[in-house]
Amino acid sequence: MIKRSAEPLLWMTFSAGGVVAALVLPVLLFLFGVAFPLGWLTPPSVTHLAAVIGHPLTRLALVVVCTVSLFHAAHRFRYTLYDGLQIKHLNELIAILCYGGAVVGSLASVYLLATF
Amino acid sequence: MAHIAEHYTEYHPRWLRPHISTYWWLRKWSYFAFILREISSLFVAWSVVYLLLLVYAAGQGAAEYEAFLEWSRQPWVMALNVSSLALVAFHAVTWFNLAPQALVVHVGHKHVPGSLIAASNYVAWVVVSAIVAWLLIGG
Repeated sequence: MIKRSAEPLLWMTFSAGGVVAALVLPVLLFLFGVAFPLGWLTPPSVTHLAAVIGHPLTRLALVVVCTVSLFHAAHRFRYTLYDGLQIKHLNELIAILCYGGAVVGSLASVYLLATF
Repeated sequence: MAHIAEHYTEYHPRWLRPHISTYWWLRKWSYFAFILREISSLFVAWSVVYLLLLVYAAGQGAAEYEAFLEWSRQPWVMALNVSSLALVAFHAVTWFNLAPQALVVHVGHKHVPGSLIAASNYVAWVVVSAIVAWLLIGG
């Protein structure tokens, strides 16, 4: 049996996550991280927000956003440690921690949005 | 990229290669921008965590949601979110500017100019942001 490398798949999720994170995260951070806390804009009521999140399309979109963004971050951070800090002797440990974190976060998003 | 598993042995001969300082990335703006872009990954991860905390709070009802909004006004949370916004936006801009190099599109025999590809990414950014904002505060 040919041992296939997971590397191409990881680079693919890295790209997909890069696009999704760039398109979706800034506006959410601006609203919930800056504009609402500073009182520039009025945050949505809990009923309105729950209705938006509760829509099947939103839930699906959020799971995709969370999953690919986390894998994007994990992949990039893994190579930051390799290239930036030149930590090369902890290859396996770094990969396990980075992708492990992404897996845990993705599962949390699936659970949260499936039971929303 | 070829993946080579490195296993260091005790008696490995020393390689002849120049020593590179750990702070090499402070020497030039382009190096620093590279590291900044790399570091943006941590803030992307935090943004997702923050988003999930919000989803959880909204799912728990009005009291939890109010508590989340109150918590989001704490100075350290705001500082973290303002930095995250800056770095995630930096990620977005550098990502869209790079898109023409990753994506070479041909229509017939004509090469679609890179500026057009980058521009279409920015248009998508504006459209997605507008839809999200409309869903949350306008709809």
